[in-house]
Amino acid sequence: METAPSLSGQKKLSSFLVNTTLTVICLLWIVPTLGILVTSFRPSDEIFRTGWWTVFPHKAYVKTDEIQIDPAVDVNGPIEINGVTHTFEEWRAGVVMPDGSQLTWFGNKRTRLVEVNALQWLWFDTRLTLENYTNVLSGQEISFKDGNGNVITRQGNNLSSAFLNSVAVAIPATVIPILIACFAAYGFAWMEFPGRKFLFTIVVALLVVPLQIALVPILQDYTRLNLNGTFLAIWLAHTGFGLPLAIYLLFNYISQLPRDILESAFIDGASHFTIFTNLILPLSVPALASFAIFQFLWVWNDYLVALVFLGDRNRVVTSALAAIVGEKGQDWHLLTSGAFISMLLPLAVFFALQRYFVRGLLAGSVKG
Amino acid sequence: MEATTTEPKNMGNWLATNIGRLLISLLVPILTFLVLWQGFVFLRDSQAPQIVIVVTAILWGVGGVAALYAVSNWLVEKLPREWAGRLQPFVFIGPGVAILFWFLAIPAIRTLMLSFRSATGTGFVGFDNYKFAFTDRIMLEAFRNNLLWMVFGTFFCVSLGLVIAVLADRSNYESIYKAIIFMPMAISFVGAGVIWKFIYTYKGEGAGISEIGLLNAIVLALGGQSQPWLSQPPLNNFFLIVIMVWLQTGFAMVIISSAIKGIPAELLEAARIDGANEFQTFFRIIIPTIQGTLLTVTTTILIFSLKLFDIVRVMTGGNNGTNVIANEFYLERFTYGNAGRASAIAIVLLVAVIPVMIYNLRQFRESRAF
Repeated sequence: METAPSLSGQKKLSSFLVNTTLTVICLLWIVPTLGILVTSFRPSDEIFRTGWWTVFPHKAYVKTDEIQIDPAVDVNGPIEINGVTHTFEEWRAGVVMPDGSQLTWFGNKRTRLVEVNALQWLWFDTRLTLENYTNVLSGQEISFKDGNGNVITRQGNNLSSAFLNSVAVAIPATVIPILIACFAAYGFAWMEFPGRKFLFTIVVALLVVPLQIALVPILQDYTRLNLNGTFLAIWLAHTGFGLPLAIYLLFNYISQLPRDILESAFIDGASHFTIFTNLILPLSVPALASFAIFQFLWVWNDYLVALVFLGDRNRVVTSALAAIVGEKGQDWHLLTSGAFISMLLPLAVFFALQRYFVRGLLAGSVKG
Repeated sequence: MEATTTEPKNMGNWLATNIGRLLISLLVPILTFLVLWQGFVFLRDSQAPQIVIVVTAILWGVGGVAALYAVSNWLVEKLPREWAGRLQPFVFIGPGVAILFWFLAIPAIRTLMLSFRSATGTGFVGFDNYKFAFTDRIMLEAFRNNLLWMVFGTFFCVSLGLVIAVLADRSNYESIYKAIIFMPMAISFVGAGVIWKFIYTYKGEGAGISEIGLLNAIVLALGGQSQPWLSQPPLNNFFLIVIMVWLQTGFAMVIISSAIKGIPAELLEAARIDGANEFQTFFRIIIPTIQGTLLTVTTTILIFSLKLFDIVRVMTGGNNGTNVIANEFYLERFTYGNAGRASAIAIVLLVAVIPVMIYNLRQFRESRAF
């Protein structure tokens, strides 16, 4: 009994350590995303001027007054202001005065303007805007302010159209391989035919094949068929690359279904096709959902396949975002809002169906 | 006598069956493809409002594939019973197998053949492309970087995933912690590239400039000098690897976590009763029990880092000593237009995963799923 208090104390300490460590790790994991989320709502000129973390309460120098330096003062030598003497460079970098205020020379030597700043607590910065989002979604010309207040005009990136294209790519590129794989998995699991084992061995072998192996020949085929830039081209490509895992996962599931259900259906005179559509498909919903989320996230987030087969036609969100990085690498107001738009749908799907996603991952962590 | 009369009939039967199977497997998908194809060329070149095109495309594609199965099955079921039984399996597996062959199996062979040909695929160049792949300065740099990715990226993903999984298992808020670590799995590499580019961004020196990148702001606050992190080799590779660790640790954690949950409670209890402390339980019980899972996770992330492309493409384009194999593949094919060299690089990637392929096949044979 004597050891009980110390044991529970030890338990408390270890639980405290565990939770602290995990909280620190989780903070590290969240901060990057939080940074772009906050930034995407800030006015463009603010983004260029200060870090995103300044929207949170913090202590900072705030301008309270200005001092105009007498034209008679020689700005090339040491300059005395309010009883303190420093060179121009030192004044420009900012000098903390004995009373705690900070004086900073504004601009070049000719301005003769010194700003008086006082250290103050700043509450949450509420200058938030949706302008970045409307700008990045627009395909029209847009204008925004840079860090020095200059107005810049650019061609918009039309992310709304890219978003629609992503939908048009991702939904069929998820449904089609599932449909094809489900039929094939049923065939492999419940039908007898010559070459069954050989063909399934090929499916297993193809699980880890890197898709780079297929890009060059498939591109030749597509060029010959005049298929480049069509949705069909990219659906077929995603179907081909996702199919080995899909067949493998669904086979594992469908072949485990209890034999007697199927046998009694056969005795009742049902055909394979009826059994498949009326019995197997409804029973396989959990496995289908797992793979669907897997494939949807994979297709939505894919960049390489879209880049190769769609190019600049029918741009999807990942390509559009990458194009903004390439063309306007420092336009953080567009990049952050664009990145967030590209993440919205997969994050929603992910959090809504996380359970199924984890199950899919566990069933087949061997994707090629 | 009987045997001689039935044999030709059997032969004819056999031939007809296999021709039928081939037709079902190939012809029906090809017909479907032709119909879909013409529709899409039309859609691509049409001027209709985008939303109309998108909805039409989705319905057309998904409906077309569903119709393929319904129609070919309907045709086969019209046949005499014996024939239907022979052909029906190929209605089910035919389209899937055809696509696998078109998109993966045959391209592997075609890429192999292209890898011995010149840039445009016209002339035979022997092993020149492989000589490039294994000796060129750019390729050697890419190999070195991929090695860095595979060693450090995989090590940190798996070990962090393991640590978080073990710790979360003992916490009351396990699902919250896990959801947070897992969340980047839903983010694209391009999106993650933007997120981290913003962290590494560098404004430069000068009066009145405040860094807006988190890393430089922290370095400045600690009294250091701000740096252009992504343009300083070889350290920039590690700044890129951090992104992969951020993205993939969740994957390792989820899989390892479920393996930990599968360890029998009696085993851990027995160890504790025998006086094992936390570290001993971890290294002597937990690790050996889940080593199969650890191996799977490690191979998956190894393959993943071997083929890594998007992060490098978006962050640096492979400049400043950050090139990787998959990016060089892309550059060779799509920037320099050298299909021969690109094919040789793809073959190198394929050869690198062959041990895993053999392992998978062996596992499959042992599982006796057939």
